[in-house]
Amino acid sequence: MTEHLAALQVVIPLLCAPLCMLVRYRDWSWIVALFGSWACLIISWLLLQLVMVDGIISYHMGNWAPPLGIEYRIDKVSAFVLLIVSAIGAVITPYARESVRAEFGVNRVYLFYTAYMLCLCGLLGVTITGDAFNLFVFLEISSLSSYVLIALGKDRRALTAAYQYLVLGTIGATFIVIGIGLLYAETGTLNMADLAKRLADQPLSRTIGAAFGFLVVGISLKLALFPLHLWLPNAYTYAPSVVSAFLAATATKVAVYVLLRFLFSIFNVKLSFGVMPLDSILLVLAVIAMFAASAVAIFQTNLKRMLAYSSVAQIGYMILGISFANVNGLAAGIIHLFNHALMKGGMFLALGCIFYRIASVNINDMAGMGRRMPWTMGAFVVGGLGLIGVPLTVGFISKWYLVLGALERDWWFAAALVLLSSLLAVVYIWRVVEVAYLKPVPEDAPEIEDAPPAMLIPTWILIGASVYYGINTDLTVGVAKQAAQQLLGAG
Amino acid sequence: MDGGTAVAFAIGLPIFGTILILLNDRYPNIREAITITTSICLALIVFGLVPEVTAGGRPGFVLAEIVPGLPIAFKVEPLGMLFAMVASGLWVVTSIYAIGYMRSHHEVQQTRFYACFAIAISSAMGICFAGNMLTLFIFYEVLTISTYPLVTHSETKDAVKAGRTYLGILIGTSIAFLLLAIIWTWFLTGTLDFTPGGILKGKADGPILGLLLFLYMYGIGKAALMPMHRWLPAAMVAPTPVSALLHAVAVVKAGVFTVLKVIVYIFGIDTLAGIGQDDWLMYIAAFTVIAASCVALTKDNLKARLAYSTVSQLSYIILGAALANSLGIIGGGIHIAMHAFGKITLFFCAGAILVASHKTEISEMDGLGKVMPITFIFFFIGSLSVIGLPPLGGSWSKWYLMLSAAEAGQIIFMFVFMLSSLLNIAYLMPLVARGFFAEAKEDKHHHDDGHHGEISFWNGVRFGNIREAPPFCLLAMTITSVGCIMLFFYADKIYQMLAPVAGIQG
Repeated sequence: MTEHLAALQVVIPLLCAPLCMLVRYRDWSWIVALFGSWACLIISWLLLQLVMVDGIISYHMGNWAPPLGIEYRIDKVSAFVLLIVSAIGAVITPYARESVRAEFGVNRVYLFYTAYMLCLCGLLGVTITGDAFNLFVFLEISSLSSYVLIALGKDRRALTAAYQYLVLGTIGATFIVIGIGLLYAETGTLNMADLAKRLADQPLSRTIGAAFGFLVVGISLKLALFPLHLWLPNAYTYAPSVVSAFLAATATKVAVYVLLRFLFSIFNVKLSFGVMPLDSILLVLAVIAMFAASAVAIFQTNLKRMLAYSSVAQIGYMILGISFANVNGLAAGIIHLFNHALMKGGMFLALGCIFYRIASVNINDMAGMGRRMPWTMGAFVVGGLGLIGVPLTVGFISKWYLVLGALERDWWFAAALVLLSSLLAVVYIWRVVEVAYLKPVPEDAPEIEDAPPAMLIPTWILIGASVYYGINTDLTVGVAKQAAQQLLGAG
Repeated sequence: MDGGTAVAFAIGLPIFGTILILLNDRYPNIREAITITTSICLALIVFGLVPEVTAGGRPGFVLAEIVPGLPIAFKVEPLGMLFAMVASGLWVVTSIYAIGYMRSHHEVQQTRFYACFAIAISSAMGICFAGNMLTLFIFYEVLTISTYPLVTHSETKDAVKAGRTYLGILIGTSIAFLLLAIIWTWFLTGTLDFTPGGILKGKADGPILGLLLFLYMYGIGKAALMPMHRWLPAAMVAPTPVSALLHAVAVVKAGVFTVLKVIVYIFGIDTLAGIGQDDWLMYIAAFTVIAASCVALTKDNLKARLAYSTVSQLSYIILGAALANSLGIIGGGIHIAMHAFGKITLFFCAGAILVASHKTEISEMDGLGKVMPITFIFFFIGSLSVIGLPPLGGSWSKWYLMLSAAEAGQIIFMFVFMLSSLLNIAYLMPLVARGFFAEAKEDKHHHDDGHHGEISFWNGVRFGNIREAPPFCLLAMTITSVGCIMLFFYADKIYQMLAPVAGIQG
């Protein structure tokens, strides 16, 4: 059984998807999705345990030996990302039941769960695979299903947002497939480990350079690196609450993982940061993202859009960590991947709770919300403190390693910029706090209860985890440091 | 109870109290009884630690390891012991005062007030007993966030604006400067433990140390070194017990305490004196002392005047630390206690005047001393202590600080201290003089508008022409005023306790 865990990780959600389609009766599709997402969590947890003991797990699909056959290859980095994605999925599915019913109507619920399972399958597949073309296929599965998920939003603008994402996402995917094609033309292999070996032996040709460029741009588009983030704010704003939370916590994270994979495992540090001046390019773009996107977030009245811009800024932190290309910096990037998934996922879920009750996430409707929905708003504030980087939250741990990485690289100005940019987060979070806690409840506001427990508990699980992993960092820092060493050692 | 457990209780007890306070939202009497009981227990625990610490013990414990090699750890040393005694002792008094004030002033959201107050005390204890800079930083931030709802207590526009200034400056400086300095220190030395003699010695050359000193001093926004002082006057919109918390019990004291800790245990006074990178700090601190006093002179609002007075007094301690010799550290340490008692008395009086006569401007207080004689006598005592006249506690800290300036060969700063004392007289004494000797202006109608008819005994003591503050307020003010006098005779004890910190044996 254990030897097939790697395959099951992808196969289970893949099978659950059509099953959701088939069992349309009431909530049964939800139960299928619940089973699928929890099974994924258990598997990814087992895989992480195995990887921490054995090192790399290599699984040959259908017993075809790589490099010809498709290999699933799990190392510490991918095991960690698998855990993040499946954990978020497992927490969000219970939440989805109430929220999705309220936002779609019972009749269309099964469509959501089908697309959701496919998306989960795609994201896990991208992470687990050791084959470059297979990676592209899974990336497309996750992207196509996320277009559907976004388009399911109640707001009519969700359709244009999904369309915009479709166009840009397809351009990104095309760039990626061109890059992979060029690599194949040059090396004659698609297996990542094999690619890495052959690329290390070959002198840098123009083809490899072009492949590198196409891949970096394509992946940057997928992960919404400034200035390729244009699809993200609309997509997150108009998507259903659950989808915003799920995509914000997983999709961009997986794209960051893909970038790590290509930069460090397939190409190598010498090529990525030595021959190609990618470190300074990433540094500049990351810093602009941190400041520009945070500044834009301050002026948003729609809170989901505010969080979306904040996500663009937070992705900047991850990329900044990667651009340092040292253990602490890379570890900071990976830690922040995890931490940001918890914080942002939790905050989007909190907004989903508010939307469930008052059908709005506009800041003007938040007056007195601290009193009307104390638990929900409390979750939002704790998540916000994490974004600021207050100690005892995960955000602090990310900042700590990021600054340490910057100092190690002797880029002390980057260290200062990281901390200065967190002050912008103070502004956009505190705007909400002031309205929610210090403005009186409007006279004509209807009496509302706090969100139902089925939604509050998942929200607080993510927010609680964002505090827990801010105090106990054994898992995050431990794994991330080893993962970073592995990535750098490979180069 | 051994030392480590006592430390854990000192931090945990107020949190436990907070939970009980929140649970008793609907029963004000029980809620206040819990506050008082918790504060008294805390004070007993803290004072129970004193013998062990004076005997040279350094009790402590490790809570959790956040970053590998860098735990949340606690270790009691004399400086923190002193601050903990001041904070826990004054919490008892402030709680008593708050009952009188909050009730007779009909404040809203009193449960939130008492709950946040208790969390703030817990974080103050965390700051006192922190065993390394990271732990201190964590509680420093918790203190900022837990006091934010107190500053914005009234939820008015002004309060929100003040809250912005408060949070903006305190969080801003601490993240942008202090955290950077801390991580940099960790990067250079690989430790953040508070170590006698300092950890930065020999780890970096002069200019880097100078830059670090700058980051630390401006990162500790709570110490209100100019131009980072704006939050303190802004925060006076809060209810008076909160002002007491900010100015005397916890917040600003946490700031200057952190300054002392950083200078003594991170830099080491010998290192700091050796590299000569701290001249700018002395001059800026001296400038703050004088400039803030001058600003205080121009303020007619009593609380605003007291707020600027605090800014000025805090820089005494920073100046003492910057002088980087034993007497400066001891003088600064003693001044934490002395100023706390003096200033809390003054703020209590300001609050009592507000509650009993609804006056906030000094120019309106002519003749008020005849109506509120007890309050004005307490104000007089508090003023004398802040000015630094014997037989009041404040005289000793000034004495040591001036000696320290002399020892450092910086005669100019002796003059700064003296000039500041004169300015203190100029901005504090007029109120006493007006109160007792000026004729009351014609505003009798304000008092006789029937509005006081409903005031019960608990809301104010009245006897003939005398309309005094509520009895709980008077009791609190009595304790702190007596404290100001008692401290004059106990200064030697504090000196003995702090001597090991400053490198003086016995």
